[in-house]
Amino acid sequence: MARTFDVRRQTGFTTIAAICFALLYLPIMTLVVYAFNAGTSIAIWEGFSLRWFEAAWNNNQVIEASWRSVRIASVAAVLATIAATMAALATTRTKPYRGLAGKYAFINMPLMVPEIVVAVALLIFFSRIKIATGYTGLGYLIAAHTAFCIPFAYLPIRARLESMDQSLETAAADLYANGWRTFRRITLPLLWPGILAGLMLAFVISLDDVVITEFVKSGGQDTLPTYMLGQLRRVVTPEMNAISTVFLLLSIGIVTLFFFMSRRK
Amino acid sequence: MPDQPGSTAIDIVRVSKVFGAGADQVAALDAVSVAIRENEFFTLLGPSGCGKTTLLRLIAGFDFPTEGHILLHGADIGTLPPNKRPVNTVFQNYALFPHMTVAENIGFGLEMLNKPKAEITARVSQMLKLVRMEALAGRRTSQISGGQQQRVALARALAPQPKVLLLDEPLSALDYKLRKEMQIELKRLQNETGITFIFVTHDQEEALTMSDRIAVMSAGRILQIGSPRDIYDHPAERFVADFIGETNFLAGAVESLDGSRARVRLKSGAVLEAAVPEGFAPNGEATIVVRPEHARLAEGEGAALAGTVETIVYFGTDTHVHVRLDDGGAFTVRRQNSRGGEDVPAEGARVAIAIPGAAAQVLRD
Repeated sequence: MARTFDVRRQTGFTTIAAICFALLYLPIMTLVVYAFNAGTSIAIWEGFSLRWFEAAWNNNQVIEASWRSVRIASVAAVLATIAATMAALATTRTKPYRGLAGKYAFINMPLMVPEIVVAVALLIFFSRIKIATGYTGLGYLIAAHTAFCIPFAYLPIRARLESMDQSLETAAADLYANGWRTFRRITLPLLWPGILAGLMLAFVISLDDVVITEFVKSGGQDTLPTYMLGQLRRVVTPEMNAISTVFLLLSIGIVTLFFFMSRRK
Repeated sequence: MPDQPGSTAIDIVRVSKVFGAGADQVAALDAVSVAIRENEFFTLLGPSGCGKTTLLRLIAGFDFPTEGHILLHGADIGTLPPNKRPVNTVFQNYALFPHMTVAENIGFGLEMLNKPKAEITARVSQMLKLVRMEALAGRRTSQISGGQQQRVALARALAPQPKVLLLDEPLSALDYKLRKEMQIELKRLQNETGITFIFVTHDQEEALTMSDRIAVMSAGRILQIGSPRDIYDHPAERFVADFIGETNFLAGAVESLDGSRARVRLKSGAVLEAAVPEGFAPNGEATIVVRPEHARLAEGEGAALAGTVETIVYFGTDTHVHVRLDDGGAFTVRRQNSRGGEDVPAEGARVAIAIPGAAAQVLRD
């Protein structure tokens, strides 16, 4: 019998893998290490200190921008997840028809359209509304974030719906459940891990966004990423590293939490 | 004949089902009519694609007939959604709700019918007892074996006391021994509950052992309806004779017809008395079937057929003797084995085959 093909035994596999991992994680490790630098440089190590974490904590602009990021991400993620759940139900719990594939593409459009195009379009569109209504609140950012988060929430929810045994819903109908009760008692509980995954993904994507936020935000509406971008144009201190490190830990924390929540049965 | 009196539970009246449209149209059911009696264990038997599952789905309400009517105790239910039909289904893959316990699964239907809590509790424990699952009431359905899941699926479908229980090949996922046990279990449940069972299977043995009556289906039509004995001993069409059990086919001609009996002349020249199916119209040529265990190996003259033994296959309980007939055809005789019983002829030996009067059956086609 021929030995099964194992890509790990190919010449150079280990080297290539090592390079890829190094490119991915060395910069992040460096960033995290220099967050604890006692000096003011992000390149010269001068000893261990927590001073930059303290500085960030006492920086009102950082706290404000963070709080704004979290508010936008929470609202946008919830709205996007609700819309994505309805879209996923509409595209999976139906008889296949001509144009269904086109509908998938339509829903996932934000993944394919260049972000900068969307950003410019929203800038122009929202500025008209601003002039017409005079409203300059966070609503514009929330609407923009909701829109580009929908496909990220849609994908895991649809995947879950497609892998779900549809005979369960048939069985519920057979056992006298109407459409709404079938959804409440069968579909929704079984879909829940998918919805949580979609929510988490949408939240992280929103939290992370720079391009669209930068174009859509009004004055004094910096989110944490746009604030950091603004700071980098001036003097760079390890405070940026410290903020990024907290951000990283938070993201890992959220992902881990949702991972275990969705696995619990 | 298990010709129980009793009113009709389900009346299928000229039901057709067409899938697809235009050039891709497939007729899954073609003007099927059948009346299923109350308290009956009725089986839809046929190969995959014959339309048996489609018919079951139409009765359940998961799909709707293109034409025709489905009556339940005289009322047309053909257009009602499944949750409005007092009919429950045991699914092939059981379709148990994985996020609920065994007891919650069983109580689901009653809960959806808005029955009071106390009634649900009482009924669930009664059902658990009926399928002998009391000890596992609190388990998740993923924590029980395939046979136990089968019992829960049965209890869940029986709990709301449906007028008719539909079973879609429910035993096909079980291994041989468990399947035999569940066959007996199903018969017991049907007797104890008195509910009409409509059972779909492609397994002819299962159909013969469990059913009061069987409808044999092929290509969207019902070919024959009858008791297992009827279907086995008096197949009306070639497909039925071939699909159920093993059969010898002989070519012949009908010489005279007298009610349900006919005198047929075989190609070998022998003349036999044979049973004739309903609606038989003689047109000279006819096919006659004889079950292998109904024929005997004989000696000397007076036998219907003669030939040479080709192969002998030992099966433990019986032995199959494959004979090449003098006219070129093949014929199999099955003999029950017994301790120190008579000897089987050797391969290559000349034998005669006797066909008793009640053994031969003329086919309609």
